[in-house]
Amino acid sequence: MDKLLIGDRSFNSRLFVGTGKFSSNEVMGKAVAASDSELVTVALKRFDINDKEDDMLKHLRIPGVNLLPNTSGVRTAKEAVFAAELAREALETNWLKLEIHPDPRYLLPDHRETLRASEELVKKGFIVLPYINADPVFCKQLEETGVAAVMPLGAPIGSNSGLKTRTMLEIIIEESNVPVVVDAGIGAPSQAAEAMEMGAHAVLVNTAIAIAEDPVEMALAFKMAVEAGRIARNATLGRTSDEAAASSPFTSFLDD
Amino acid sequence: MSFTEIYNQYDWEEIKTQIYNKEAHHVEAALHKEGAHSLDDLMALLSPAAASYLEDMAKLSHVLTQKRFGKTLQMYIPLYLSNKCSNNCVYCGFRNENRIKRITLTEEQILKEIKVIKSHGFDHVLLVTGESDKSAGTEYFERVLKLIRPWFSHISMEVQPLGQDDYSRLTRLGLNTVLIYQETYGKNYPDFHPRGMKSDFFYRLETPDRLGAAGVHKIGLGCLLGLDDWRTDSWFTGLHVNYLERNYWRTRYSISFPRLRPAKGIIEPRVIVSDRDLVQLICAYRIFDENLELSLSTREAQNFRNNAIKFGITSISAGSKTEPGGYSAETRELEQFEINDNRTPEEVADMISRQGYEPVWKDWDIHYGV
Repeated sequence: MDKLLIGDRSFNSRLFVGTGKFSSNEVMGKAVAASDSELVTVALKRFDINDKEDDMLKHLRIPGVNLLPNTSGVRTAKEAVFAAELAREALETNWLKLEIHPDPRYLLPDHRETLRASEELVKKGFIVLPYINADPVFCKQLEETGVAAVMPLGAPIGSNSGLKTRTMLEIIIEESNVPVVVDAGIGAPSQAAEAMEMGAHAVLVNTAIAIAEDPVEMALAFKMAVEAGRIARNATLGRTSDEAAASSPFTSFLDD
Repeated sequence: MSFTEIYNQYDWEEIKTQIYNKEAHHVEAALHKEGAHSLDDLMALLSPAAASYLEDMAKLSHVLTQKRFGKTLQMYIPLYLSNKCSNNCVYCGFRNENRIKRITLTEEQILKEIKVIKSHGFDHVLLVTGESDKSAGTEYFERVLKLIRPWFSHISMEVQPLGQDDYSRLTRLGLNTVLIYQETYGKNYPDFHPRGMKSDFFYRLETPDRLGAAGVHKIGLGCLLGLDDWRTDSWFTGLHVNYLERNYWRTRYSISFPRLRPAKGIIEPRVIVSDRDLVQLICAYRIFDENLELSLSTREAQNFRNNAIKFGITSISAGSKTEPGGYSAETRELEQFEINDNRTPEEVADMISRQGYEPVWKDWDIHYGV
């Protein structure tokens, strides 16, 4: 499978994994390991930045796994920038998943604040991966600020309802000059494969793995689905058609 | 506009009749509905007709809770600061006419309490007082917030209703959440709250509006179960949350389920809310609004709490003392109500883990929102 390039890094895995909602940090660590993911999000609010022995971080010390701090919980650009700087210091990484959702019910992203924060964070030297609605114009605007990737949602966080924004995602993928990571809403490996076949460069999955009966096996299933989807994309799927291919009602006169 | 205008559009007896007239097919329709549920669905879910669908409700509630909150449970602990109170609520151990020793903790005493609380690993704290502006008003709360802020990631308060400016001031000092229970939405409210600030029904009713306007992150609502018809009271709580979510959309909401507990010198419950009723109530709220945080305190017994975390509850207290100074000194005669689940925080956390859930001690950061 071809490598994924984001910023100055390359990845063998195109599956990013979130670390919330697991039944224990131990299960979370095992699921991350089984997924073979190389980029794993951690919420700043969930760990103690002063505690070097933080239990969650301890379970994420897995060879090949890079941490991607996220700003989950912030409601404004100002808070996001502050949180980003704390995370950079605590985790020694300038990578950041930027999420600003002032709506605590559906955790939907605020584009005005996200644009402001992206501009400032890029200037401050962060590798910014913003979580956003599937809005093609907004993706282009973010690209112009210098973000390293865009992370449009397939459906609201935790909904497990699949690629509800499919039409918009297709436009984003077609137009984007930076990698497109479909984030949120992916509830089953088949949906992850669908996103990859569509041309997404990567997907981020959390809830579907965390709340499965067996999260470790589910992580493995997602890994395989993402690989299958990517390989299928590269191999180019045959066109689908509702009609039998034999007849040519419009051009057969040319052969007469 | 405030909630008072909405509230005045409804009549308690009429709502009660509607709830009691719901039939099995209404309940089934609510259970099988895709997407958002209405206040009419909530009536069906709270109705006597829904009682025979309890296991179905719990199954659905379990799935919805895990989808939104994962296999996690938030841990918090109350810190009682003062038992002084100008009210005389007939169900409360702190009631004005109870001849008990009244204290308000000094900064030194608070630090002693914090030491014990922190030794159990808590990072989310709930500050509780009686309602006495004189002994524990906004200035006292400001001092306390400055004092305790370095120790906790998330600070909640359950005190007397304050003004919008007070809430803004306290939010800037690190206050995240305010719990304000209406106790009952019914017309018997004055019988239970004969004296003091709390006798003003509408000032209390509009408190969440002031909180929302002040930009407080989270607001907790609830009724005291045992005062009046719980189905009707709980529907009005749903109406209140529904209104608040539309108007203060940046705020999160949580609901608590305090059942009236014995305490010194108080009334017996007028209405008995059984365990089955409480299960129905928890599940009804979850199905009505899958994003609501649902909280259960140590008022409830071990066995009930052990089970409730599996079908809807998302935050839980443990090791609670309901008297000021109770963690660092033995002062039981001052307590607000009797604790029902006396396990230590470690024992509760262990129970949670054994059931396949992660006890979450920290889910906020002091740097957010200030």
